[in-house]
Amino acid sequence: MRPVSELDWRGPGEPRPLILRRVTALDPRQGVDGTFDLVVRDGEVTELAAPGEAVVAGAEEIEAEGMYACPAFFDPHVHLRAPGGEDAEDVETGSRAAAAGGYCGILAMANTRPPVDTAADISALRERAAAEASVPVGFLATVTRGMEGEELTEMAELRDAGAVGFSDDGLPIRSARVMRLALQYQKLAGLQLALHEEDPELSGAGVMNEGPVSALLGLEGIPAVSESTMIARDASLALYEGARIHVQHLSARESVEAVAAAKAAGVALTCEATPHHLTLTDEAVRSLDAGFKMNPPLRGEGDRQALIDGLRSGTIDCIATDHAPHPPEAKEVPFEAAAMGVTGLETAFAVIHTELVLPGALDLATAIERMSAGAQPFGIEPPSLEPGSEANLVLFDPGATWQAGAEGWESRSENSCFTGRRLTGRVLMTVAAGGVAYRQRSFAMGVAG
Amino acid sequence: MRHLLGVEGMERADIERILSRAESFAEVGRRDIKKVPTLRGRTVVSLFYEASTRTSSSFELAAKRLSADVISVKSAGSSVDKGESLKDTVATLSAYGPEAIIIRSPHAGAARLVAGWTDAAVINAGDGKHEHPSQALLDVFTLRQRLGDLEGKRIWIVGDILHSRVARSCALAFAKMGAAVTLAGPPTLVPRGIRDALGCGVAFDLGGLGEADVVYALRMQGERMNDSFVPSLREYAAEFQIDSRRLGPRQLLMHPGPVNRGVELSAEVIDGPASLITAQVESGLVVRMAILYELLTGRDRPRGDRADTAEADGLPAPTPIGEPA
Repeated sequence: MRPVSELDWRGPGEPRPLILRRVTALDPRQGVDGTFDLVVRDGEVTELAAPGEAVVAGAEEIEAEGMYACPAFFDPHVHLRAPGGEDAEDVETGSRAAAAGGYCGILAMANTRPPVDTAADISALRERAAAEASVPVGFLATVTRGMEGEELTEMAELRDAGAVGFSDDGLPIRSARVMRLALQYQKLAGLQLALHEEDPELSGAGVMNEGPVSALLGLEGIPAVSESTMIARDASLALYEGARIHVQHLSARESVEAVAAAKAAGVALTCEATPHHLTLTDEAVRSLDAGFKMNPPLRGEGDRQALIDGLRSGTIDCIATDHAPHPPEAKEVPFEAAAMGVTGLETAFAVIHTELVLPGALDLATAIERMSAGAQPFGIEPPSLEPGSEANLVLFDPGATWQAGAEGWESRSENSCFTGRRLTGRVLMTVAAGGVAYRQRSFAMGVAG
Repeated sequence: MRHLLGVEGMERADIERILSRAESFAEVGRRDIKKVPTLRGRTVVSLFYEASTRTSSSFELAAKRLSADVISVKSAGSSVDKGESLKDTVATLSAYGPEAIIIRSPHAGAARLVAGWTDAAVINAGDGKHEHPSQALLDVFTLRQRLGDLEGKRIWIVGDILHSRVARSCALAFAKMGAAVTLAGPPTLVPRGIRDALGCGVAFDLGGLGEADVVYALRMQGERMNDSFVPSLREYAAEFQIDSRRLGPRQLLMHPGPVNRGVELSAEVIDGPASLITAQVESGLVVRMAILYELLTGRDRPRGDRADTAEADGLPAPTPIGEPA
């Protein structure tokens, strides 16, 4: 395990010490839950002092009574679109969106144009992150050359160049033989394999969930079994090869069942679910609004409940956004012709808090834990509030309400499926690898006054 | 009504108002001079991204019978083929200030999108496999002429439900008019979840067809064979063809056209006494006149104020029907 700070970013600068006075500190992983003066100094959480007691010379003090300090979030599934898609996003804007969402670290997918499949590609992206990124960024490389699903990339060299994992995300690895080779080769290359699980034969030209809504709209459906059968296939292969896999963006009840069965059988498998699959269903697609088009698609209410249950029980390990920016012209077209994907970094926490925590479907501690649990599957230490830990924390106001998108976005793209929603719970500040990566504007002004 | 985007979202009263208007247009059609001045000076754009003979010609003639100016844009040879986006095409055509845009697109939801981009009334002439509302309205019109009322009638829609916008719009419209609808076809061509979506019956063979008052056969497209939805047209015909053996003497037969003779229908039933197929085509013209009338009269000129007052009854007095131009 390595700390978040070993990923690439422009660095923390030379921050002043920071005291969060009377903040509610909550770190379920470390058993921290109470009111403290939380002190950050020299890039570390140095002290959880009794409220009102901390004294640090030259520290910035924030009166944080009623606010929460938690381990900052970690997103193992982000599309930064660099190289080749800079009209939608790049390292600078995407990492700024991450910081605004309370994330101290993100992992960027490799399905760029061209795909990230050589050591030179990884090196170039790492340099860009070192110059531009507001939070630490890790880059995945593709599993197969050109994402063509046929030949493995030079995984050992990619690892040495600094790739943090491998994924052909955006596309499944169609061939079971190639999948097996990748799992075997993990014994040498050693890095995590993040899998977009979908059977292209079953998905066909599908554009939304197969069910009553697709039947009504006359849209070709993507059946739930397109995902679950591939999870079952790859879980079997991983068990057989003694490999570990990370299953991306679960969407269906059948998939949660397949994951639970695989874990029970001893497969070294982790998985993620997105805020949109946890809070929306294919009913949203009735409007034929391409803003709700993504892959995997929004499914039915039974699927959504199964995802929430899985998140609660730990069958689903973490929440990932699958932040997928697109320019307006990719979405201002009929549903079938529109690009798949939605942005998510800036709304993830508030959406989970508003739609799951406040109604009682998920307790806050579990939500907080799952928001940062995406680090471990990729060998990165999860953020922690324990004194002595690298300072990766988010400060949020659980009662603040705001309208998604009303003040614009940090992301270059605006294809959020939550635009216009009233959300409760707002990220005020993000500390990443010891430095302040983000301050919410009105909060920052209030503090200054 | 502001637009005709789909049967879903229409009230039964909307359907009845349009159909009774169509009846008065049917009377016009029996005169020597078949044209009325109702839409004189108004512009109708017909934008077809898919090949169509009957729907496009029917709408075009309907608009001309109402004295509207008609521009027809077909995808072949147009800017559409040069990669222009739908949004840009609509912006260009909207510059002519049309009162209505009739659009057919291979994509579900295209008409609804267009409605968000233009001041014109938008008529969906078929969007992907989603809806084809004018077809459903003309089919209801045809059936009401024959049966008087659809209340309690049993209607079987037979064939490739999966790929049929006609099936969806008709099932919705027939149900709104009080009929009990059953969708029947090979299990590979009946979409999962359609029963819940439409509240209709589903059958995977024609064993129960005898209960139907109306049998509505759909076109079976040859390309479905290539996708292995059915093993062969021969087997499809053996299981699902409507012929004189399957069609009872009191049952009515409908088909949206064009018919594949010998596939979904046998020759003798197409031309038989139970067939309403020719009546459907005739209905198409008057119902489409009524749709244009519904959406375009009462709209103030110049355009701009299209508040809901335009939908209120009696505002302003429409041109009397039947006045020769």
